[in-house]
Amino acid sequence: MKKLKYLVFTIALTLALPSNGLASFLDNLQVDHLKNGLKVITIEDHKDPVITFQVWYRVGARNEITGKTGLAHLTEHMMFKGTEKYKKGEVSRTVARHGGNENAFTSQEYTAYFQTFSKDKLHISLNLESDRMVNMIVDPEEFLLERDVVMEERRQRTDDDPTSVVVEEMFAAAFKTHPYRNPIVGWMSDLQNLSRKDLINWYKTYYLPNNATIILAGDFDRSEALKAIKKSFGSIPAGSTPPAMTIKEPEQLGERRVWVKKEAQLPFIFAGYKVPNLGHPDEYPLQMLENILSAGKSSRLYKSLVYEKQSALYAGGSYDGLSKDPGLFYFYAGVKPGVKTEDVEEGIYLELEKIKESGVSNLELQKAKNQLEASFITSQDSIFYQAMQIGRLDAAGVDYHYLEQYLDNIRKVTKEDVVAAAKKYFVADRRTVGILVPLKKGGSDEK
Amino acid sequence: MKSRQLIVSIVALASLLLASYSCASERKAERFITKNGMTILLLERDSLPFITVNVTIRAGSVFEAAEKAGLASITADLLTEGTQSRSASQISEEIDFIGGSLSSSGGIDYSSASLKVLTKDSDKGFNLLADILRRPSFSDMEIERSMSQIKAGIISKEDDPSTVATEAFNKALFGDHPYARPAEGTLESLENIGREDIINFHKKLYRPNNVIMAVVGDIDKRSLKKLLKKHFGSWEKRALPLPEPVMAEQIKGMKVELIDKKISQANVQLGHIGIRRENPDFYATYVMNYILGGGGFVSRLMTEIRDNRGLVYSVYSYFNPLKDPGPFKIGLQTKNESAREAIDESLSQMKNMAKNGVTEEELRSAKDYLIGSFPLRFTTNAKIASYLSYMEIYNLGLDYLDKFPKIIEALTVNDINRAAKKYLHPENYLLVVVGDKEEIGKL
Repeated sequence: MKKLKYLVFTIALTLALPSNGLASFLDNLQVDHLKNGLKVITIEDHKDPVITFQVWYRVGARNEITGKTGLAHLTEHMMFKGTEKYKKGEVSRTVARHGGNENAFTSQEYTAYFQTFSKDKLHISLNLESDRMVNMIVDPEEFLLERDVVMEERRQRTDDDPTSVVVEEMFAAAFKTHPYRNPIVGWMSDLQNLSRKDLINWYKTYYLPNNATIILAGDFDRSEALKAIKKSFGSIPAGSTPPAMTIKEPEQLGERRVWVKKEAQLPFIFAGYKVPNLGHPDEYPLQMLENILSAGKSSRLYKSLVYEKQSALYAGGSYDGLSKDPGLFYFYAGVKPGVKTEDVEEGIYLELEKIKESGVSNLELQKAKNQLEASFITSQDSIFYQAMQIGRLDAAGVDYHYLEQYLDNIRKVTKEDVVAAAKKYFVADRRTVGILVPLKKGGSDEK
Repeated sequence: MKSRQLIVSIVALASLLLASYSCASERKAERFITKNGMTILLLERDSLPFITVNVTIRAGSVFEAAEKAGLASITADLLTEGTQSRSASQISEEIDFIGGSLSSSGGIDYSSASLKVLTKDSDKGFNLLADILRRPSFSDMEIERSMSQIKAGIISKEDDPSTVATEAFNKALFGDHPYARPAEGTLESLENIGREDIINFHKKLYRPNNVIMAVVGDIDKRSLKKLLKKHFGSWEKRALPLPEPVMAEQIKGMKVELIDKKISQANVQLGHIGIRRENPDFYATYVMNYILGGGGFVSRLMTEIRDNRGLVYSVYSYFNPLKDPGPFKIGLQTKNESAREAIDESLSQMKNMAKNGVTEEELRSAKDYLIGSFPLRFTTNAKIASYLSYMEIYNLGLDYLDKFPKIIEALTVNDINRAAKKYLHPENYLLVVVGDKEEIGKL
């Protein structure tokens, strides 16, 4: 699935499944609140002498307005460009000098910053993250340089990758009013027009302790760490609550299709169905459908399209309910040379129809449950991943207690639930389809 | 002021060293050889009830004939596609049902297989792993299927400009050496591979005495030995061939290749042949490259070309020290119009490094990062298993975890500068650019 590395900007994640009788990282999790509204989630895990420190701001591309897309992500980049205390490049140099790794990421829902260190380095994170929560400097020249860097990022990850362009176009067609229609990196013309002032306003509006969550995971002493966090962040004044994003996507009334004609070798299909997000009772059967259709070489889409019919180079599907608003359950396939695009597209729908008509087997249902349970266990191996999971839940506005019930809820899913969900959501009227129509060198249209 | 800073970093370093030593001493990896010659590395880690197994087989593309390029890779691909007692579907059904993963793939020097299963399913996992390594069926039907899959993959690679650049770079750099070839072969070379070739390749090289197996997770030595005996005990060892030595010639002067593609960025790769892993100068070269372009956000290339000029999102340099000398490369992507500027700046950074070397301060920072971040490399079963395999492949010894910080700490500015002079060749290099010829202009 290397091919799909950049397919969507949200990070694919299998939900954690607390299992009866199994130790879970949730047992070692505690939530605290500072007086200024900063939420602090600590997850103690002493298996390795390392920590990850993350600051999650509850602001992402979803908060951008027309003409200003890319602002959340550009702000993420500018956060490395300095404060009075840490000049340009100093944040990265400081982290490296202390043996740490660092980066940041932006999604529709959040902008998050992290460092991973050996266990005795918490104070380094505290110093620089508390500083840049309030003291970012937006130097005019640096702003323009970094905007150029982001445009290069867009060229590299989207414009020059035909499948990424299809993904972008499909989302833009699937959502008419909701900001999920916009790419996180931003439209090129918006990037060209973003100003330093836009960025400063953004920072002032959203980068507040009362709009952020700290997540610390790994090998540390909780009471000491909380004391230190309070000392570093406690004096940062709260700001007024940022405005809520209130746009709702109207109901889709029929299938939408987009075509992307671009120089490429093979056609690509990307089809998404409108589905509910987490919190809706159907999320559990939808999760099961993802596994039945797409997890492993024994899953239905791989088996049918890649293995048996040999019409697709790769094929799969993904449901990620971890968003604030309802999103898409999407399917994708790379069409093999000499195969008709329509045949592969129909092949995907046929697998969905089969579930609707003939249901799923006991074995498939149990396999999906086993897979989710195993991934719950193995995914905890990384403390970064633990923090990431909790951070994404928090950003979607979901309490972590949700996870404690998750496995039970998955276990309760019946074959009938799965079929009912397939019938309800896998219907053409809820679907948006993006097709890559490869142009040969020089631009001729060839099916 | 300066001396004060130095004292602070020495103190920081001392505590870092302690951290990594205690990390290493808490967890002792074990190494043993089975009766039939498998090299086993085990690190018990019982924090979570699952195991990760990495199998490395010295059966990469260096062992195939040039006209049969792709043989090693398809052999590895086919391992999971059917054995004497299981069909491809049965294998995937069985591993998926227990929520595990089992995969295999070909590489350059080595091919590999890996397994991840819950501890309770260890026996099942080892059974499957042994079956695919020892008794693949290589049926005509599966070979045909794999061929068609690989060919479609080769065609689709054209759409990834950095892959196009990498393959052109390797081809021009390594000439007749196997490192010149893409592991999966070419549309032409695949035509020359038949079932007999695959069966023979497997028979010759997939032998216990050609295998390194790293096992990490919730399993003790006794249980592991039992599993090995049960599933791999009767696997017969055999005398192994060595790859024919081919020397690749270093580039003389400047060699340029421009591949025209209607895209918005120029994908630039610039470099020459580097070093082998066993070269005693590996560490000095590694630290030198960290400062030049290996050190992520703090490298010279990143600072100059991204931060100060805004020309790229990503720029890096690396030495890929394999069994034979692998490539040294600077890679970047920039809009077509700025290709020339970014290339010039890369070259000037390379020249400057070769001529003037590094400062004491840069070296100190590099050491602090490389030593201080060492514990971060051993934090998951998967990371540890691949590190253990790496240590064995290059004969680094189990005390490598203790040795590494000491080796790095002992390096001097002189060592680094000598490595820069010796292993960077800013006058003799290959430049490959994939992008819009017209917009790029003259190179």
